[in-house]
Amino acid sequence: MNVWMIFKVSVFAILRNKTRSLLTCIGIIVGIAAVIAVLAIGKGASMMMVKEISSMGNNLVMVWPDWNRRGTVRTGAGAGQTMTAGDAEAIERELSHIVKSVSPAVNVNSQLVRQNRNWNARVSGVSCEMPEIRNWQIAEGRFFEETEQLNNARVCVIGTTVKGRLFDEDEEVVGKTIRIGAMPFKVIGVLATKGANGWGQDQDDTVMAPYTTVSRILQRSKFQSINMMNVSLHSMDDVEEAKREITSLLRQRHKLAGYQDDDFMLRDTREIMSTIGSVTNLMTVLLTAVAAISLLVGGIGIMNIMLVSVTERIKEIGLRMAIGATPANILCQFILEAVLLSTVGGIIGVGLGIAAAKAIGQIQNWPIIIEFSSALCSFLFSAFVGMFFGFYPAYRASKLNPIDCLRYE
Amino acid sequence: MSHLIEIRDLRKTYAIGDEPVHALDGVSLSIDPGEFVAIMGASGSGKSTMLNILGCLDVPTSGSYLLDGIEVARRSRTELAHIRNRKLGFVFQNFNLLPRTRAVEQVELPDLYMGRLSFADRRRRALELLRRVGLGGRTGHTPAQLSGGQQQRVAIARALMNEPPVLFADEPTGNLDTKSSVEIMRLFTELSEEGITIVMVTHEDDIAAYAKRQLLMRDGKLVKDIRR
Repeated sequence: MNVWMIFKVSVFAILRNKTRSLLTCIGIIVGIAAVIAVLAIGKGASMMMVKEISSMGNNLVMVWPDWNRRGTVRTGAGAGQTMTAGDAEAIERELSHIVKSVSPAVNVNSQLVRQNRNWNARVSGVSCEMPEIRNWQIAEGRFFEETEQLNNARVCVIGTTVKGRLFDEDEEVVGKTIRIGAMPFKVIGVLATKGANGWGQDQDDTVMAPYTTVSRILQRSKFQSINMMNVSLHSMDDVEEAKREITSLLRQRHKLAGYQDDDFMLRDTREIMSTIGSVTNLMTVLLTAVAAISLLVGGIGIMNIMLVSVTERIKEIGLRMAIGATPANILCQFILEAVLLSTVGGIIGVGLGIAAAKAIGQIQNWPIIIEFSSALCSFLFSAFVGMFFGFYPAYRASKLNPIDCLRYE
Repeated sequence: MSHLIEIRDLRKTYAIGDEPVHALDGVSLSIDPGEFVAIMGASGSGKSTMLNILGCLDVPTSGSYLLDGIEVARRSRTELAHIRNRKLGFVFQNFNLLPRTRAVEQVELPDLYMGRLSFADRRRRALELLRRVGLGGRTGHTPAQLSGGQQQRVAIARALMNEPPVLFADEPTGNLDTKSSVEIMRLFTELSEEGITIVMVTHEDDIAAYAKRQLLMRDGKLVKDIRR
């Protein structure tokens, strides 16, 4: 008996009991659909996160002051005022062989006022290299220049959220004056929309001004202390060397003795990427576990039904053996039946999973990535489940004695 | 003329508890091609065991069984399956048709396991056989749509599919009314006249009367061999 004939017999046996065949498949259908849907959503989410990180800028080392250690009261991380604009300038000057540019940042939250409208936003004092370092595009006007930075010029560039709060929709913004706190600033440009970052923070709700201006005029700081600096490197290959050299330079400038801890912290974008990567990996592992469990349950369902089917069709098995079916024929027939059930379940599951992912993506407005490879893998795995769980019932059927089968009541 | 079936000192022993039960206790017998044989006997006389072994559904504990000149007493399950497929046809008391399957497909089944014919030839032969047993108009019916007598005819057509030299029938009229029984036995008689060897087990004298040769079994032994 050739494979095609066995295939026909199996298809026939499945179609003879449509309702039960469908119910048997449901375990596999649900398992595969869940895997496909969650995988599509997960891939979409991780792609979005990676895009997010790269929008932060490449080849970047971020430096924050660590907690303040003068006295016995410890402030939180980043609250120290140990880092100054001078540190930033020193890094740019002395480490120019690996450092492309340094952009210090001074952040204040301030009330923005224009005519009868006002809005509270984060005002970032940054350097003129900021657009390049953190991938900011300018939608209208221009970013401030080095001379403006040196002269503590009262100019600012606003994000689209701030623009929306302070101006009418089609109003010309460039050249207008707004008040930050008590000080008037001239708006010279509008930043292109970036959207929310990976942590849900609206990146467009921002005002950027020269850090010198923010520090001296808005903060009225004597020390020119800065909240952080973005150090942009020529190449990411130098990141470890750069971190070492920045550390030793800052320790030297801060006059730290050998036994003292650093009073600053360094992070690079690669570290953040690898954190995201490990989250994605964890998600994949969890997903695989869930998939394995649901397919295990589905497979046991198939095994159960196949065992019932063998008992129920014992006379049929006896008859087939009597008219010439070999044990191998019977084994193949029942394994094929199980594999057909599970692969049909797999196909329906893949379809249902894609539909579910698309529906969820539509409703939640999430990006969805459906990979052909994951659909194919799920399908092949469902076939394997059928083979694995179909073997035992099929083996039992093939070992039956024809007389016992024919006599079975 | 060589014998089609030749058994010598055939024994079949079952162990039920500690007590060995001799279902067949040294039976020797030969059947020639074209014979129509009825095996009779009371329940427990060993006639069913005899038919199972002759039909290669079971193997004897000891003894020899030559079918068509070939020793079949000690063969693997797969080899026995091939022998049943090619040389033997079966008709059962309860018909043993596949549920929800059309008559023509029931009849085609033995050739599916042999793979001798093309699809078209197989279908043609199945339809021809159904006509032969008088069911030319019911080839697409499922067992539920057929009477007992008609179901048994389908089973006979199926048994003939691979042109076996021997047909085994186990109480073929046991589930049928008198009228259908007579029709089935007439069909057997016709087939016998066409040269097919038939070995039938029955406990009814009037059914056994259709056969040319009657064997009577008692306690696992052959006690009477009557030829007409």
